[in-house]
Amino acid sequence: MKKHFRRALIVASALVFVVFAPVSGAMAAAQRVVSMNLCTDQLLMLVADKTQIASLSHLARDETLAVMSARARNYPVNHGRAEEIYLSRPDLVLAGSYTQFNSINMLRGLGISVEQFAPVRSLKDIPANLRRIGALVGREARAEALVAAFQSQLAEAQRTERAENVPAAIYYANSYTAGQGTLMDEVVGAARLENIADRLSLTGTRSLPLELLVMESPDVLVTARKTGHPPALAHEVLRHPALRRTIHRQGEVAIHTKYTICGLPFITRAIEMLTKAGDVVASQADSRK
Amino acid sequence: MTARIPHSALIIVLSVGVLLGFGVSLSVGPAQIGPLEGVKALFAADGSPQAVVMQDIRLPRAILGVLIGATLGLSGAVLQGYLRNPLAEPGLIGVSASASLGAVIAIYTGFSLVFPLALPLMALAGAAVAGGVLNALAGQRGHTLTLILAGVAISSIATSLTSLALNLSPNPFAAMEIVFWMLGSLEDRSMQHVWLALPLMAIGWAMMLSLAKPLDALTLGEEAAATLGVNLRRLSLVAVIGTAASVGAATAVAGAIGFVGLVVPHLMRGVVGHQPSRLLLPSALAGAIMLTVADVGVRVIAPQSGLKLGVLTALVGAPFFLWLILSKRRSLL
Repeated sequence: MKKHFRRALIVASALVFVVFAPVSGAMAAAQRVVSMNLCTDQLLMLVADKTQIASLSHLARDETLAVMSARARNYPVNHGRAEEIYLSRPDLVLAGSYTQFNSINMLRGLGISVEQFAPVRSLKDIPANLRRIGALVGREARAEALVAAFQSQLAEAQRTERAENVPAAIYYANSYTAGQGTLMDEVVGAARLENIADRLSLTGTRSLPLELLVMESPDVLVTARKTGHPPALAHEVLRHPALRRTIHRQGEVAIHTKYTICGLPFITRAIEMLTKAGDVVASQADSRK
Repeated sequence: MTARIPHSALIIVLSVGVLLGFGVSLSVGPAQIGPLEGVKALFAADGSPQAVVMQDIRLPRAILGVLIGATLGLSGAVLQGYLRNPLAEPGLIGVSASASLGAVIAIYTGFSLVFPLALPLMALAGAAVAGGVLNALAGQRGHTLTLILAGVAISSIATSLTSLALNLSPNPFAAMEIVFWMLGSLEDRSMQHVWLALPLMAIGWAMMLSLAKPLDALTLGEEAAATLGVNLRRLSLVAVIGTAASVGAATAVAGAIGFVGLVVPHLMRGVVGHQPSRLLLPSALAGAIMLTVADVGVRVIAPQSGLKLGVLTALVGAPFFLWLILSKRRSLL
C-alpha cells in the first residue's frame, strides 16, 4: 500500500513537473501585453492567455475590420497613444512596423520593450508570426497547435479538381489592385487563380485602369465586401456600367475586408471562397463547350 | 482691337478643333486600341471588351470633356463681361467650390444613394447659394471688387467645409477624395454622368447665351445700359443662375476644374476683340478644346498615376494668371 502510494507520488510529481514546466518558462515571458495594431491584437488573442492581455487597439472591436471583434470586447481598449499605454504598465508592447513612430519611440525611451510586426506579405509569414508571438508570451505549444490547424485548413481550402488556373483580378475601391509581393496575390494564387496583375506586370498595390480590366475581362473579380461605413466616391467605380457589362455576369467574389486585411489564419476563409468561385466559373465554361 | 478673322470662319475653325480633340480623346487610353479598330468598336453591338471600353469608358469621358470645357469657357466669358473684371471665373467667385460642397454633402450623408438625383441637385443648390449671396452683394450696384472679394471668401468657406466634411467622414477613402473635389477628374465617368449633367448644362448655356446683347450694352456702363432698356436686375439674375446651373452640373460629375474659365476668354479676346457678345460662342468652343486637350494630356503624361485634370489646367493657368496681373498693373500705370 505504502509502496503504491509512493509510486503514485512519483508519478504525480512527474506529472506536475510536465504540466508546469512550460508555465515556469512563461514566468520569464511577458505577463502584461499591450497591442497597438489591429493585426497584432488578433495574434495576441489567438495565442496568449486571457490574463496576459492588458489592452488592445480600438480597431480590434470594429466588426468590419477584425474577425475576432466579439472577443476583443472582453479587453480594455487603447488608442495607440504613448501616455495611456505607459500608464497601463505593460511589460511588452506589440505594434505594426509602419505606424505610430512617435509613440513607439517614446515608449522605448521610457524603457518598455516594443516588438514590431511588419505587414504580412506572404502566407509563409503567418506560421512565423504565430510562433513569434508564442515565444514572446511563453505559449509555444499553443502557437504550434495553431500552426498545425492553419496548415490543415489551408490544404482543405485549396482542394480542387480543377486542372488549369482561372484568370482573376483583384479590384478594390479607387481602382486599386494587388500584384506580386502582396498577401492577396498569394491568396489568389493559392486558390489556383491566375492574377491578371501579374500578366500586366503590376507589382505591389497599384492602380489598375478600368479600361485594362475590361480588356482582360477576367473570369473572377475579387472585390472587397462593402463595409457598413458611409458611402464614398471610391466605391463608385465598382458600379461602373462597363464593369457590369463584362465581369459581373461571370463571377464577382466580394470578400469581407476583415479576412484579408491581416495575415492571420482566417485568411483560409478567403482562399476557400476563391477556390470555389474558380470551380464554379470553370464548370460553367465546361458546360458551355 | 478689331477682329482679323471673320467671326463665322473663327467659329468653323474652333468647331473643327473641338471635333479633332474629341477624336483624339476617344483614341487615347491605357488599353491598346487602334484608331480604326476603335471606330468599329464604337458602333459594335457585340459586347466585346473593345466595344465596352469605347462605348462605356472613353465615349462618356470625351463627351464630358467637351461639355464641361464649353461650360467653363462660356461661364468665364459671361462672368467677365457681366462683372467687367478680367479676373472673374466660376472658380474665383465661389460657384465651383460651393457646388463641390453640395455634392460632398449629398454623397457623404448617404443621401445620393437613397435618391440619385440628390447629387446634382445638391451641387446645384450649393452653386445657387453661392450665386444668391453674390447676387445680393451685386444687386445693390455692388462694387465689382467687393463682389470678387466676397467670391473669394465664399470659395474658401466652401472649400474648408468640404475638407471638414471629408475629414470627419469615417470612410477611409475620404481623405483621398478631397483631391477629386478640389482638382477635378474625368477618370472612369459613365454615360449616367453625361445624362445627369447635360440637361442642366444646356439650360445654363441657353440662359448665358441669351445675355449677348445686354452684355454688349453693359460695356457702356450700368446707367447707359439701363437707358438702352437693359433690365439690370434680370441680367444679374440670369447670369448668376445660368452659371450656377451649368457649372453646378459640371462640378457634380467632374469636381472643380479651375482656370479654364479664366484663361479661355482672355485668349479669345485677343482674336475677337472686346465685344462680349462676340466672345461667348468662341469661348465655349475654345473651352471645350482646352479641357479635352488637358484631359488627353493627363492620360498621356501619367497614364498610371491618376494625375488630376485640375492640376494640369492650373499648371497652365496659374502662370497665365500671373502674367495677367502683371500686364494689368502695367496698363494701370
